[in-house]
Amino acid sequence: MSTLSLHQIRKQFGDVVAVHEMNLHVNHGEFLCILGPSGCGKSTALRMIAGFEEPTAGDIRIDDRSIGMLPPNKRPTAMVFQKYTLWPHMRVYENIAFGLRLHGFSRKDIDEKVKGALELVGLPAYGKRFPSQLSGGEQQRIALARALVLQPKILLLDEPFSNLDALLRVRLREELRRIQRQVNITAIFVTHDQEEALSLADRIAVMNKGRIEQLDHPSRIYEQPQTLFVADFIGVMNLLPAHQDGGEIIIGSYRMPVPSGNEYSGDVTLAVRPEDLAIVPSGSDAAWNGQVEHVIDLGHYRKVLVRTEHMGVLKVYLPKAVDVREATTLALQPTRYTIFRDHQTPIEVHAGSVPQLSLQGMA
Amino acid sequence: MTTVTITSIPFIRFFRREGIGILWLIGLIFGIVLPILTVLLWAFAIKWRYPSVLPTEWGLDFWMETLSRADIRRALPNSIALSVLVTVLSAVICLPASFAFARLQFRGKQGLLLSFLFTNAFPRFGLYIAIAVIFFRFKLVGTFAGVVVIQLLNTLLLMIWIPTAAFQGVDRALEEAGLDVGASPLQVFIQITLPMVFPALFAALLLTFVNTFYETYGALLIGAPNVLTIPVIMFPLINNQPIPQFGAILSLVLFAPSVVLLLFANRLLRGGYLTAGFGV
Ligand SMILES: Nc1ncnc2c1ncn2[C@@H]1O[C@H](COP(=O)(O)OP(=O)(O)O)[C@@H](O)[C@H]1O
Ligand SMILES: [Mg+2]
Repeated sequence: MSTLSLHQIRKQFGDVVAVHEMNLHVNHGEFLCILGPSGCGKSTALRMIAGFEEPTAGDIRIDDRSIGMLPPNKRPTAMVFQKYTLWPHMRVYENIAFGLRLHGFSRKDIDEKVKGALELVGLPAYGKRFPSQLSGGEQQRIALARALVLQPKILLLDEPFSNLDALLRVRLREELRRIQRQVNITAIFVTHDQEEALSLADRIAVMNKGRIEQLDHPSRIYEQPQTLFVADFIGVMNLLPAHQDGGEIIIGSYRMPVPSGNEYSGDVTLAVRPEDLAIVPSGSDAAWNGQVEHVIDLGHYRKVLVRTEHMGVLKVYLPKAVDVREATTLALQPTRYTIFRDHQTPIEVHAGSVPQLSLQGMA
Repeated sequence: MTTVTITSIPFIRFFRREGIGILWLIGLIFGIVLPILTVLLWAFAIKWRYPSVLPTEWGLDFWMETLSRADIRRALPNSIALSVLVTVLSAVICLPASFAFARLQFRGKQGLLLSFLFTNAFPRFGLYIAIAVIFFRFKLVGTFAGVVVIQLLNTLLLMIWIPTAAFQGVDRALEEAGLDVGASPLQVFIQITLPMVFPALFAALLLTFVNTFYETYGALLIGAPNVLTIPVIMFPLINNQPIPQFGAILSLVLFAPSVVLLLFANRLLRGGYLTAGFGV
């Protein structure tokens, strides 16, 4: 049973702060993804847990015991790297056995464990090969076997599949998840690929500029982003600059009421998902009018770009049943949106709570 | 009648397809194989006169004569001892230095690295004369130690540049992976880093040994007449007596250490070990 917690972890390289005071608690057996754009400090955070980087400040605990003093070779963590890191001069068997030998296991135990690990990753017959005789995907599976064979308390993965092609990436991440459940290990998976994070994680920590912006379950990260960054980074989002005047949102020439209790005056941003924009009969007061600029047929739905007068180009997802083509004039209304204000909890607005915006049927 | 076009003649077709390869082969034969073969034949010939294609009389007579010469009997152990000692010393001095060059950041690193190149780019003979003047003051001229020092200077470039590049070529992530499974930094160095740079280190050691064995100017200027090496005595021997056998036999003697070392390298290569290290 292993848990991991970071307390006020900070890392500074010269003047660059790679990780700002970071707090994180990972439960036993949990699969946690750290998701964020390149350069946001994901790897640095992971490398501090592994012991490859020393935190400038803060404490790292495994099972509530501080491991900050331990060098990387004494930590009960195991890492799968983004680069291929199998040792080229050792056969696959030796790569996996290397750590076991250092830990003084008997020949028989080593043999058993290596074979078990090879079987676990689905490559039982690969022991005699050299790494140069393996494909990228196979190399990363062996790297996973090498990490797991030592039965670490925490498994760390730093974009392990990002060098593989899309199809293989999907297959391997499903396999990784199966293996992680099977051996019941606490895992932290770093990625910049939101699809990967959304499909793998029990919880996602979305990072930006060295800070965790939101730590939540995948569906909540998508449905209820807590910061503008998360709203923009995860999925597709229409971000519309607007102004709030007391109980009313003013966007272009449109005015929309805000649910009571959220009065505010100042600049705000509306975030609307493309699937939360519906077509309403033209001429309706609150409708946003625009002209279809481009239609992309995506099989079961259509991605439509609509140019509006005050809100630029809106991205809208429409069911195939709706007949739109370029130059069609559309009237749109958001059925759900979020209002972001500086440094305040965002307000989630459902069309149901705003009478004027209720759906009036499709055109 | 069937018409025979040029390209239907097999040889011509073959040549068209493999033209560059064949030119290389011809170059190789005339540039390397034939001279070596000639030397080999001369070494075992007693009589070989124009216009015979091959020697008319064979034998080891000249081997006896050459190897029983007093000057050669003194020079051969000298040469071997010198090459071994210089290679070992050079490794002891240069390998840690090259590891530092590869891994540490310090002021003047690039300048220092380039300085080795600069001394090697300087015309050799001038450099040796300048060094000889200094050695004279320290009474190193004519001593074995003096020859060792000048050969050591000679090897610096090779023994620092090649290993430095090799150490730089080892991805730090591979070493971190070693730490990650519980190896100490020393264990990582010995069991992961060293084996990976071994091919390059071996090449550097081999070249150092062979270069030292063959080096003539420095050995002549600093060592002669007290300390003589094989290449140094080869000069007067070949110049004064137009007997090709002497030159041929001494060439083979000089060639021997490289062949032995290369055979050793080849054994390693066949183990799949070097090639694995190169990621082939
Ligand atoms: N060893 C280092 N020295 C200096 N700056 C570094 C070092 N490692 C990372 N950084 C900086 O820290 C920031 C975060 O890097 P990293 O953790 O690798 O980001 P990510 O993995 O999210 O792409 C970047 O600005 C990067 O340039
Ligand atoms: Mg990274």
